[in-house]
Amino acid sequence: MSTLVSILRLERFPTLPRPRLHDVARHVGMPIVAILIFLFVWSRASAGIETTLGQIPGPAAVWQQAGALWADHVAERARAAAFYERQERRNAAILAADPAVRVAIADYTGKPTYIDQIVTSLKTVFAGFALASLLAIPLGIACGLSATINAGINPFIQIFRPVSPLAWLPIVTMVVSALYVSPDPMFEKSFINSAITVALCSLWPTLINTGHGVSSIDRDLMNVAKVLRLNWTTTLVKVVIPASLPLIFTGLRLSLGVGWMVLIAAEMLAQNPGLGKFVWDEFQNGSSDSLGRIMVAVFTIGIIGFLLDRVMLTVHRLVDFGSKR
Amino acid sequence: MSGDAFIEVRGVSKSFPSPGGARAVLREVSLEVRQGEFVAILGSMGSGKSTLLSILAGLLDPDAGSVTIGGERIRGIRSDAAFVFQNYSLLPWFTALENVRLAVGAAFPDLSRDEQRTRALRTLEKVGLGNAVARRPRQLSGGMRQRVAIARALATEPQVMFLDEPLGALDALTRESLQGELARLCGDGDGRVTTVMITNSVDEAILLADRIVPILPGPPATLGRPIEVALPRPRSAAQLAHDDAAAQVRTHVIATLTDAVVGRGAPKRCEGGPGAPDRVRPTIRTRELQPAAEETS
Repeated sequence: MSTLVSILRLERFPTLPRPRLHDVARHVGMPIVAILIFLFVWSRASAGIETTLGQIPGPAAVWQQAGALWADHVAERARAAAFYERQERRNAAILAADPAVRVAIADYTGKPTYIDQIVTSLKTVFAGFALASLLAIPLGIACGLSATINAGINPFIQIFRPVSPLAWLPIVTMVVSALYVSPDPMFEKSFINSAITVALCSLWPTLINTGHGVSSIDRDLMNVAKVLRLNWTTTLVKVVIPASLPLIFTGLRLSLGVGWMVLIAAEMLAQNPGLGKFVWDEFQNGSSDSLGRIMVAVFTIGIIGFLLDRVMLTVHRLVDFGSKR
Repeated sequence: MSGDAFIEVRGVSKSFPSPGGARAVLREVSLEVRQGEFVAILGSMGSGKSTLLSILAGLLDPDAGSVTIGGERIRGIRSDAAFVFQNYSLLPWFTALENVRLAVGAAFPDLSRDEQRTRALRTLEKVGLGNAVARRPRQLSGGMRQRVAIARALATEPQVMFLDEPLGALDALTRESLQGELARLCGDGDGRVTTVMITNSVDEAILLADRIVPILPGPPATLGRPIEVALPRPRSAAQLAHDDAAAQVRTHVIATLTDAVVGRGAPKRCEGGPGAPDRVRPTIRTRELQPAAEETS
């Protein structure tokens, strides 16, 4: 039971051996009650709103759409498997007749399923996040170590941080089309556009927190580095970076959150085949299922964002060595 | 004495900027330490002791005056000096062994990794931590952490050691046992390391030091006349508690420090540099004063 409580509280396992009853009531019971109230209000409210796409879907309709999307995915996978199997059988027959013939397997060209779109979105956000981290962490360390560099970088942080992904995307698109010219591109242009836009929006929290983490390292630790006469690289690797890791990870966690939020908007505009495009396409479709499917996407986005945050929080705790020296 | 001074401090002054104008912390401080000598700088909290030690170690530059070590005027931190901080200042992400090895690696970059490791291990065994080398600082008690910090300093085989209230953050019992350890490591050996230690405990100073230099609280702080502690080594706290000569030294030290606080008008200053040690002067109130002096620790 205590494990269940701690999972629902989303904290580390409690040190208390036995949870008390009111703890269980508060941390398990209350969320359940709140969710039930939410579902009730939602279903009552949705029943009263009539749109051009039909009634706003209630919880039951959304649940049904989630099931339908999953069924679509399973069916699509089955079709793909059957398609490849058919080809293999045909190739085997051709080869049996004449071993010298060169046979090829054609790719299945069915439309991406909802699960495929989630995977694309995750790939895009991690690509953008990785790009942002590669830029922001070294830059942040430089800012933290040198007040001069910090003074130079600061105006850019202040000005570019509030810019929305919707403003970056057209510029990114034009620059990418001008520079990324390749007959056999490794990545889709839409993927690169979204990833770079995500990076531009999500690098700021990491940059600011890394800078802050490095500049606020305990003076005693820097004195240790001085009296041990550690050289610059050793100081950086063995003192500065470990000491600022907790704040670097705070920044990374915030960045990943921002990146995931921004990604949906970027995908909508860039037509990168991910969740954002899914939402946009459903909106353009205007079928009676569309609103239900968009709501499934809303919950998917929320839950994935939440899970990403938990992963980052866990990593953050692993690198936090506490203040005891 | 001035002939064989190893560390020579001449007229050092230091002030820090503060909202109400510069605040002078040290004024015209002079001090000499002989090679292999253990000097304790004794004073109450906030009297500028740490500033003085930081200047000696090259962590801070003085506003005026000079510090020479071994005939060389110091510029920054010397490669043959080691420093022990009051708050241990171990790197929390490294084990005890890695903390010491880091110092060994910086001091002896030409040694192979294995040799550095062996040297670090040997030093940790010397301070009695042979079975805790793989633990991180937060898994160690305060006393053990300070042992690691002392091992880190000793492992670099320094010519000079600067100890900044090395035992100040420890509880009384741990402090006592580590005092004995420090006496063994820094005070009693043959090839003794020149050591300057800061402390606020009279008994600690008497146990460890060859000479005690009282720091007279200012601001700005000045140094009192050095007091020679001519007690045979090895010394132990138990033995010193009943020793008449030790009691006389203690009385004298406390009198010097309390005179400076109570009779501010005429503190005994070291006018023309460190002169001959004062004659031991038995005086009043020793037993009543002693606990009060210890309370500040």
